[in-house]
Amino acid sequence: MELHNIEKLIEKYFEATTTVAEEETLRTYFSGDDIAPHLEQHAPLFNYFTKAKEERFTKQVPLKPRKNYLKWVSVAAIAVFMVGLYFYRPTPAPVTLADEYTPEEIASAKEALALLAMNFNKGTEQLNHLEEFEKTTNKFLTKNN
Amino acid sequence: MKQAEFLNTVLPFKDKLFRMAKRLLVSTEEAEDATQEILIKLWSKKNKMESYKNVEAFAMTMTKNFCLDRLKSKQAGNLKLVHTNYTDASTSLQGQLEAKDSINWVERIMEELPEQQKMVLQLRDVEQYEYEEIEKLLDMKPTAIRVALSRARKTVREKLMEKHNYGIA
Repeated sequence: MELHNIEKLIEKYFEATTTVAEEETLRTYFSGDDIAPHLEQHAPLFNYFTKAKEERFTKQVPLKPRKNYLKWVSVAAIAVFMVGLYFYRPTPAPVTLADEYTPEEIASAKEALALLAMNFNKGTEQLNHLEEFEKTTNKFLTKNN
Repeated sequence: MKQAEFLNTVLPFKDKLFRMAKRLLVSTEEAEDATQEILIKLWSKKNKMESYKNVEAFAMTMTKNFCLDRLKSKQAGNLKLVHTNYTDASTSLQGQLEAKDSINWVERIMEELPEQQKMVLQLRDVEQYEYEEIEKLLDMKPTAIRVALSRARKTVREKLMEKHNYGIA
């Protein structure tokens, strides 16, 4: 590359009117060994750009195909809930007398039961006589023996 | 879109994203975090990605916006520190050693440029984007890009000359 051309390109370069290709020409020129002494001052600039482009991003980026487990937790919870709902049989509430009968019915039933109990007690009282009878018969029996 | 497919789409330009992030954020760690963030965002949008005409330009714009937001946010307080560390370093022994490598000067000089000029210079001179692409990426008018680019290049040249003439500052 002729020196004159390079000088022109440098001038254009600082006016920002060079094309990418022309800038590439300048970079190649300054990366070479035979740089004209009066242009050497520009060399660090172009060599820096070449060097700067070599910098690499070396850090590893954690790009796991992020499974959204949290989303599935809610699905699982709903599934468990539905299964639970399906198999759930409510235990019947204990039925009380008050639920099935009116107070009058209960009262009359109580009366009837009291009457029954009274008569029953009368019957057991009569049994006492029987007991007495047995005692005496036993006496006879033991004497006979 | 499968992971392999995604990586094939992203692989060609992930370094560009990183370099852009580093240009703006200066710190390598910050730039790595930013790039990772962008890639994860892209990954989460992977189903929509096929509909984008130019994934690279889209990702580049995302990176630009993300980094500018980072710089504006409070968290960027430590980024500012990095900046001052760099300028202070020029007087330290390590700074002097580094300064001997004049290529590194350019990097240092570029850090001092306004963000817009930084981005234009990065996109054009490092990544060799066409003007039309830069227009879209930075949402700038063609003339504005040329002005910013010319200014950035001239500033770098002048600062570089200063360093050459006065030696190590």
